[in-house]
Amino acid sequence: MLLNNPDVWEVTLLSIKVSGLATLISLLIGLPVGTLLALNKFPGRPILLAFVNTGMALPPVVVGLAVAMTLWRSGPLGGLHLIYTPTAIVIAQVIISSPVVTGLSAAALQALDPRLQLQLLGLGASRLQMVLSIWREAHLSLLAALMAGFGAVISEVGASMMVGGNIRHQTRVLTTSIVLETNKGEFASAIALGILLLLITFLINFALTWIQQKGARR
Amino acid sequence: MSTLLDIRDLIVHRSGRPVLEIRHLIIEKGGVLAVVGPNGAGKTTLLLVLARLLKPESGKIQYCEQPLESIPDLKYRRNIGLVMQDSLLMNRTVFDNVAIGLRFRRLPKREVTRRAGEWLERLGIFHLRQRPALQLSGGEARRVALARAFALQPELLLLDEPFSALDRASRHNLQDDLKSILAGANTTTIFSTHSETDVQKLADRKIELDGGKLKG
Repeated sequence: MLLNNPDVWEVTLLSIKVSGLATLISLLIGLPVGTLLALNKFPGRPILLAFVNTGMALPPVVVGLAVAMTLWRSGPLGGLHLIYTPTAIVIAQVIISSPVVTGLSAAALQALDPRLQLQLLGLGASRLQMVLSIWREAHLSLLAALMAGFGAVISEVGASMMVGGNIRHQTRVLTTSIVLETNKGEFASAIALGILLLLITFLINFALTWIQQKGARR
Repeated sequence: MSTLLDIRDLIVHRSGRPVLEIRHLIIEKGGVLAVVGPNGAGKTTLLLVLARLLKPESGKIQYCEQPLESIPDLKYRRNIGLVMQDSLLMNRTVFDNVAIGLRFRRLPKREVTRRAGEWLERLGIFHLRQRPALQLSGGEARRVALARAFALQPELLLLDEPFSALDRASRHNLQDDLKSILAGANTTTIFSTHSETDVQKLADRKIELDGGKLKG
């Protein structure tokens, strides 16, 4: 019955699209920043690392509040008319996911022998070749960082609700649908959507784990 | 012999204190120089400075009669081969480890295969080429690290304690192999060691470091 409902497919696809895009943007931000923090020593680095680590525990509802206030019509970016759009959800989810990807990437790269960088440079690697080789060396842990980043956003509800508004056919995603169905007392639908969310999360993580373990066996 | 490196008034600091002070040191082309000294004497620091991986506080280094700072970092480092103390192999096959520096230089695939194969053969590890490098014994790993550096055909080879942590038999075999390779190569080699046996077997000149200063 659930699978025959086009609304369910719509919210499922929007969830995957929004959280997938947010995770991808978080990776593009988190991997370079995590690398910078892990491989370089500069003044202020410990404070930056502390900020990133604190950011890993940011409550989504607080992020939702901050993004909502910023994008609100009377807010500093109100003129962009982004509040209650999928873009607003992506922005909030990037803020939630980026510290997770950054912090775990930095930790993964810091776990490698620091002399490996010197060894690679001593073999004639350019700075970029050195970083790419280091990423390859830590790819199992970096994939775990990516999975954690995706997990943080696909399952959050507070920020999506606040900045997306849970508008049917526009910003309704799986988590906000579950909240709505529960509020209506439609527990069967809520449970079915919950199972669907778990299934999607499992399939995506299974695919990433498969890639990760394929790499581990090599 | 002509001069490859001319080092003058070199001072290197680490954590704000001097760890290496060399007033004058000349390294001839084609020679094998042993840097001897106890732990903390500054041997690794000297090698890292010569690899341009550590910036000295002051001093002048000339490479082939050119100020070192006038040569771009990458161009200089592509003339050298560095083998650090613990092999530091990558989580790839033995072949891929030996080929890594050649790939950094974007050599054609055929050349990479030829050179990596040649040095795997010369160091007696060709049969291990498809093995994951992180599963090798200490002696095998050291041979991979050496093959990786020799495959680059470096003008200057820097070896940081190449025989440390090896058992007696592996050490002996590797010394013999390295001796015959260095005898046939025109590579200037600088290696650090604690052992007088390594010096007698391989070096044609030695310097002693103690507390970061040249002795004698």
